[in-house]
Amino acid sequence: MWRDTLLVAGKDLRIEARSRVALSQVAPFGIVALVLFAFALGPDRSLMAKGAPGLFWVAVLFCTVLAVQRSVAVESVDGARDGLRLSGLDPAGLFLGKAAAVAAQLLVLEAVLGVGVVLLYGARIEVPWLIAASCLLGTVGLAATGTLYGALSAGLRVKETLLPFLLLPIVAPVLLAGTKIWQAASASGLPSDGNQWLRLLVVFDAVYVALGIVVYGPIQESA
Amino acid sequence: MSTNQSVSPIRPSTEAKGPPFPSPRARRVERTIGIAAAVGTACTVWLGLWVTPPDATKGNTVPGDLVRLVYIHPGVAWVALYLAFGLAAVSSLLYLWPRTRSLFWDRLAAAAVEVGVIFNICTLISGSIWGRPTWGVWWAWDARLTSTAVLLVLFLGYMALRRVPAEPEVRAKRSAFVALFASVDIPIVHFSVLWWNTLHQGATVLNPNLSPTIHGSMAWTLLLGFVALTLVFVWMLLVRYRIGVMEDWLGSGEMDMALTERRAEGVDPDGSADRAAGGRAPGVGASLAPPSAPAVPAGAALLSDAPTPTGPGAPGGPGAEGVAGAEGAAGDGVGMLPEGAR
Repeated sequence: MWRDTLLVAGKDLRIEARSRVALSQVAPFGIVALVLFAFALGPDRSLMAKGAPGLFWVAVLFCTVLAVQRSVAVESVDGARDGLRLSGLDPAGLFLGKAAAVAAQLLVLEAVLGVGVVLLYGARIEVPWLIAASCLLGTVGLAATGTLYGALSAGLRVKETLLPFLLLPIVAPVLLAGTKIWQAASASGLPSDGNQWLRLLVVFDAVYVALGIVVYGPIQESA
Repeated sequence: MSTNQSVSPIRPSTEAKGPPFPSPRARRVERTIGIAAAVGTACTVWLGLWVTPPDATKGNTVPGDLVRLVYIHPGVAWVALYLAFGLAAVSSLLYLWPRTRSLFWDRLAAAAVEVGVIFNICTLISGSIWGRPTWGVWWAWDARLTSTAVLLVLFLGYMALRRVPAEPEVRAKRSAFVALFASVDIPIVHFSVLWWNTLHQGATVLNPNLSPTIHGSMAWTLLLGFVALTLVFVWMLLVRYRIGVMEDWLGSGEMDMALTERRAEGVDPDGSADRAAGGRAPGVGASLAPPSAPAVPAGAALLSDAPTPTGPGAPGGPGAEGVAGAEGAAGDGVGMLPEGAR
């Protein structure tokens, strides 16, 4: 399973390294979102700094939708999906590989967006490890749910519109937890407040990664 | 998809069987539950509006009659949040379980979600009507309200997915997975919004108007309201289930009809001269509907206003097997068309 995971993740990341879609389209889109949020909140810097954690995670969620759509799209041409299905790779490994590739791209995006939030909104980070932990855990959850829904919607003609509608409400807990952890890690918050949210993220990740390992095979058959 | 593989030349084969109307006993049960639900609701309304006393709390600025919402709001919420979505989750799981896989569970889940969404909306509306005078706002970002709203959005997504045309089995599996993922998410959403905003929690869990020393008639009316709304739910579920069965039947019928028309169109595009020509060149039907036949013409025939031959001139005989084969082989593409055209 782990070998298959590495194979699939390597394949997706190699495609990304050659096509640079996430880097040249999704990351700039995230920056655009940050700029638009700033327009929505006005030039009031204290307000922006206050809203920065939530805006960061909303931007991450939007980027997740795009990253997942891209992850589905690379399989949609030339019968690649059927090829993967027939390749004999373990479905669990396939799921973990696709999710790992999405997660790796998202982590890079989060680094870009994090710098953007600090620079543009003047967000303060007092406890960096807490935010790093929330990004790591949140990304695992986003990638797992995104890969699951991506596989579900892969065969649909309306996947572009349906995927965000199905995916975004599901990952609402990640947005809440991520925002709360960042607030706890900022100057006004208590770092210990973040602990229960980290636990929530761990539960979220465990549930959806386990679910994905079990049901990815059947989903692939039905899509 | 039709299980009947022999397509009769003129009419869709399933039509000969007639629609899958439920047995007379099932209809009787449905009607009885419907009458019981109507009577129960009427009694609840009568007791709630006229017999029970208004709220008499001293110094309360809220109109005393507002407390009468207590006979409706919790009952509606109970049906939506626990009965309907619980049933949807369980039946989706039972569909996914290979041993209990049956379209029965899929239709039941679909019916439960649809009725549940209606009740969920009613919960939010009645809650808003109650919240405005008591809290001063239509909506508060309270944990319970928020999780109810997220639940609504999750199951609206489920319904949106169901509307995507697909073969019944594919759609069933897909929807069951989405219902499963959503149900797993509900406890996590619940806890996250609970921690997110615990400030208003006390106000909704036990509304100040609903004191433990509840008046006798009020308690009975409350109970009756729960029973009546549950009956309404069961009745709506049965009706929706029956509609679901008939929709599937209609879908398979249209499928056959589209294939019949496609075949007729293939033999004679004008649809007028085949009677004169005899319309029965052996092998023509089969050659026009090879297993890999693209599905588009069938849908085009169904969609267009062009006269399509459905009369006695439509050919049969050798074409029938060819079309039946195409029906099986073309699979997903063909199955999507009748629903899209509907």
